[in-house]
Amino acid sequence: MTSYEVQQDRVIWDEVIPGGSYWSRVIRRGTTLRLVDLEGGRGVSFLCYNADNPIERYNAADTGKIQFNIFLTRGMVLYSDMGRVLFSITDDTCGYHDTIAGCSNATTVASRYPGVEVKNARDNFLNCLAKHNLGKRDIMPNLNFFSRVQVAPEGGLTLVAGVARPGSYIDLRAEMNVLAVLSNTPHPLDPGPEYRATPIRAIVWRSAAASTDDLCRTRCPEAERGFQNTDALFLA
Amino acid sequence: MVTTPTTEPVYDEVLPARKPWAHVVKAGQTLRIVDLGGNQAVDFLVYNAHDTAERYSAADTITAQGNIFVTTGTKLLSNEGRALMTVLSDTVGRHDTLGGACSCESNSVRFGLDKKWQHACVENFLAALIPYGMGKRDLVSNINFFMNVPVSGDGTLEIVDGISDPGSVVELRAEMDVLVAISNCPQMNNPCNGYNPTPIRLTILPG
Repeated sequence: MTSYEVQQDRVIWDEVIPGGSYWSRVIRRGTTLRLVDLEGGRGVSFLCYNADNPIERYNAADTGKIQFNIFLTRGMVLYSDMGRVLFSITDDTCGYHDTIAGCSNATTVASRYPGVEVKNARDNFLNCLAKHNLGKRDIMPNLNFFSRVQVAPEGGLTLVAGVARPGSYIDLRAEMNVLAVLSNTPHPLDPGPEYRATPIRAIVWRSAAASTDDLCRTRCPEAERGFQNTDALFLA
Repeated sequence: MVTTPTTEPVYDEVLPARKPWAHVVKAGQTLRIVDLGGNQAVDFLVYNAHDTAERYSAADTITAQGNIFVTTGTKLLSNEGRALMTVLSDTVGRHDTLGGACSCESNSVRFGLDKKWQHACVENFLAALIPYGMGKRDLVSNINFFMNVPVSGDGTLEIVDGISDPGSVVELRAEMDVLVAISNCPQMNNPCNGYNPTPIRLTILPG
């Protein structure tokens, strides 16, 4: 049993997502989405929404400024634009997830991978969102898992190579019912020229709602207030 | 360097502190924003005036230029990868693309649950865009002119004391007909407005 396996009687869904593909699923409150980078790939572009009311969605700027960091890792959370927590990061063996560089599109992949027809994140998002009655206006700045984007003092952006490792994973515990949408395509700053889109694994498992002494809930006063706002949605 | 108008402006008004604004700027026209009092965050969004589903994309803009800061020469790219506006001049040197807009809801998380009743930029953006038939779906990560948000090597991001002197100017040329929405930021809980929101001057110069 490899280190990213989940205890079998807790597993709700387990699926390998081929490189280049898109995927979506509603992750219910109290369950966890584990994304496994099976081969040490070039990143996974990701969007998420309140599944019960998708006008509420992930907000990259709020997530960064509330937590005073553009990097995400264990103990941190993904905030919606309504001051609530969509996902908590309850485990993370990679350590680097990008919140600022956005997604690849037809133009960027045509210049990075000349001569080959390849999938890009934006068009994948559009097709995937169409199946949820969402569209272009619903694509906000996205996350890229398993990617490290460094910012220099004068603002320069660099994708740092060598971050991804086979078998690294991130656990995203849903704090509300969350529509997760992903494009398994290389990071927009991937230098090319080889288009290397490798499989990832999505495991959804029964975890538990965040306890009163939960790592993510108690990390800072901001997190405690974010959880208070979120719990208020589910009061009977 | 600041452009000297050769003809009369087509628009020239002072936007009071804390207020919203939206206006179409036609292709070739230049929008000038003046930070009259200094260190006043100006939250800024821009759309293709003829198809507002095409809008400013912070991520496309910063990845294309390889830098998180907006300054002279920056092309504000849309989600379709096209230039909406180009920054012609900038007396400050750098403007924020990551901090986004304050909202009642995020204020409640950042500063205290009782702060959700305070005025916020999202309220201004909605007020500015609703007359154009737009709404919350149209709010994406915005530019904050005159706001100072450095990022450290370890990823630390913080809204810190401003670097914009009174009279600082940014000029943006419209590369297509665009709809610009502005919130003259009312935030009082951090240094983004020097704890004192002040008016700005907005001028549209003919092409």
